[in-house]
Amino acid sequence: MTTAETAEKPTTHSVRAQRKAKARISEGKRQERKLGWLLCAPAAFVMLAVTAYPILYSVWLSFQRFDLKFPDQREFIGLGNYWTVLSNDYWWTAFGITMLITVVTVAVELVLGMALAWIMFRTLVGRGLVRTAALIPYGIVTVVAAFSWRFAWTPETGYLAGVFGEGAPLTERASSLAIIMLAEIWKTTPFMALLLMAGLALVPDDLLKAASMDGATGWQRFTKVMLPVMKPAILVALLFRTLDAFRVFDNIYVLTAGANNTSSVSMLAYNNLIRGLNLGIGSTMSVLIFIAVAIIAFIFVKLFGTAAPGSEEGGRR
Amino acid sequence: MADIVLDKVTKAFPDGTLAVQEFNLEIADGEFVILVGPSGCGKSTTLNMIAGLEDISSGELRIDGQRVNDKAPRDRDIAMVFQSYALYPNMTVRENMAFPLKLAKLSKEEIDRKVDEAAKVLELTALLDRKPANLSGGQRQRVAMGRAIVRSPKAFLMDEPLSNLDAKLRVQMRTVVSRLQKRLGTTTVYVTHDQTEAMTLGDRVVIMRAGAIQQVGEPQELYDNPRNLFVAGFIGSPSMNFLPATVSEGRLRTSLGDFPLGDRMRQQVSDSGGDLIVGIRPEHFEDASLIEDSIRQRGAEFEATADLVESMGSDKYVYFTVEGEKASAAELEELAADAGGGDLPSGGSNLVCRFSAESRVKEGDTARVWVNLDKIHLFDPSDGRNVTLHEGKSSGVVS
Repeated sequence: MTTAETAEKPTTHSVRAQRKAKARISEGKRQERKLGWLLCAPAAFVMLAVTAYPILYSVWLSFQRFDLKFPDQREFIGLGNYWTVLSNDYWWTAFGITMLITVVTVAVELVLGMALAWIMFRTLVGRGLVRTAALIPYGIVTVVAAFSWRFAWTPETGYLAGVFGEGAPLTERASSLAIIMLAEIWKTTPFMALLLMAGLALVPDDLLKAASMDGATGWQRFTKVMLPVMKPAILVALLFRTLDAFRVFDNIYVLTAGANNTSSVSMLAYNNLIRGLNLGIGSTMSVLIFIAVAIIAFIFVKLFGTAAPGSEEGGRR
Repeated sequence: MADIVLDKVTKAFPDGTLAVQEFNLEIADGEFVILVGPSGCGKSTTLNMIAGLEDISSGELRIDGQRVNDKAPRDRDIAMVFQSYALYPNMTVRENMAFPLKLAKLSKEEIDRKVDEAAKVLELTALLDRKPANLSGGQRQRVAMGRAIVRSPKAFLMDEPLSNLDAKLRVQMRTVVSRLQKRLGTTTVYVTHDQTEAMTLGDRVVIMRAGAIQQVGEPQELYDNPRNLFVAGFIGSPSMNFLPATVSEGRLRTSLGDFPLGDRMRQQVSDSGGDLIVGIRPEHFEDASLIEDSIRQRGAEFEATADLVESMGSDKYVYFTVEGEKASAAELEELAADAGGGDLPSGGSNLVCRFSAESRVKEGDTARVWVNLDKIHLFDPSDGRNVTLHEGKSSGVVS
């Protein structure tokens, strides 16, 4: 027997052993994966029951002429309802109002929320008190807050009604919209601030020190160092708030009930579906809102790109 | 390029703790100064005060003869390298290095030229388009250095820049830092807790303890003539051996045996009362059988049993256990705590000796050990003062 042969023997043996070990591992892995699916199943089933079913049902309803006031006229009309809604001025007015409220409130909230986050993050004295105080509006039920705003702007009784001279601000379109946006901003800025504060904590102290050594002013440190590092947190906050704002309902319902063309799309869907009992048109609007929300989410997720938390190459260090 | 003067610089935190007390130091133009000490000794605080990242409570800081106490970091024209490297994660290597230049509003061509030049010096050219997340620790460290050198600042401040690297890379980068500093000739203040880095890198080393300077000097000077127990124990690896000692009938009595005392030392020691601490570096012992007769009488001999022999190839470390009490002083406890060896179990004192490689001592052998009396230090345990120093030079016990 040559030395080469003796050297070869243990090698083949070890390769076989390795293969065997590999097979054993994959067997265990398979079991584990099966168990994983089993453990997920109940939750997945409940999710499907409470979300997938209603969504599919409203899609089904949106393809039908179905008004509970005339149940006999129920019939399948394909995309007819969509044509009706999308060629209707009320829908486009409500859509415009919704977009306006979304863009303005989210923009203002981002700026205010950033300031508030900075204050909460940097406070040295009474930190707990400051944070609690800042979060109070978010802790109040939206409807309750909306009612308190309505009373505040009601002539004669409200403490804010006289601020901009005589008149009833909630009876005019422009001032009503302003008040609705104010109520939205007041209510949800703390939420924005909370998400942004988590982002602030991501910025290492050394990075800011390095930037000031490199010659950056306070503003440059903020825009060139902090904001890029915070980008994932900012995008998450914007996504949450945009989706939320697009579905604005409570404040409008309480403050104006949609009077003077202040309805949002959600408000319009509610009026058609619940008040008007027109299941076909109402469902169509719901589906359109769903699609709009999906598009917004899609755009944001595209924007996230590599900035999405956890997807950074090599991980965050 | 500039000189940096710290004149009685003090840092007091709002809760009253004094992080740095009356720090006096003149750093010459182009000098490489190391601040070294155990954690919490105030070395980083001192560096941050020079940088302008911490306010100075009292005293004066002058850069290039100008008082800069109230200047913002960006107006001091000094660059800093951080232990965490502090690279901007959203920028490429090129953008990271260009950042300070962009802020200084240099032209695009000039920025490119300077960045390329620095990248060449630090061998980063191939990495210029990468993001920091895709770099290794050593590469990140080089980028951090690059960002500091591109704008040719008046001074470099380095806050433990090599501490996050593994041991082998740290040694390599040490030479890179050293060469770079020599080549650029820029005043550098370097903070570290590693005495090897301090010894090998600096023109001068400042040893700090509890916010105060213990000794300032060239590395060899600190090694040969430590002013006190703390400096003696901090500098050197393996560190100096300390044993309790007393003086009676004109002789130094230690657990290694009795040593003669010179006239001058006898007088010195009588001033400081009975108890003393003897300090002997490992290399000042030798296997007695290898000592030539001509120098034999410069030392004393004793016998001990070797617990452990480590052969390093070039020489041998032999460990002995010496019966009797351990030397005790506040400084020694602090050093032991810093080294993390404060709770090593041991009856008696451990003695580390460095013998020549020719020594035949084996574990368990009773060896005859020679000790060089000219190199022994004596410390006063009450204040840690080195009593063997004579006009700044250590002169052994027989002088």
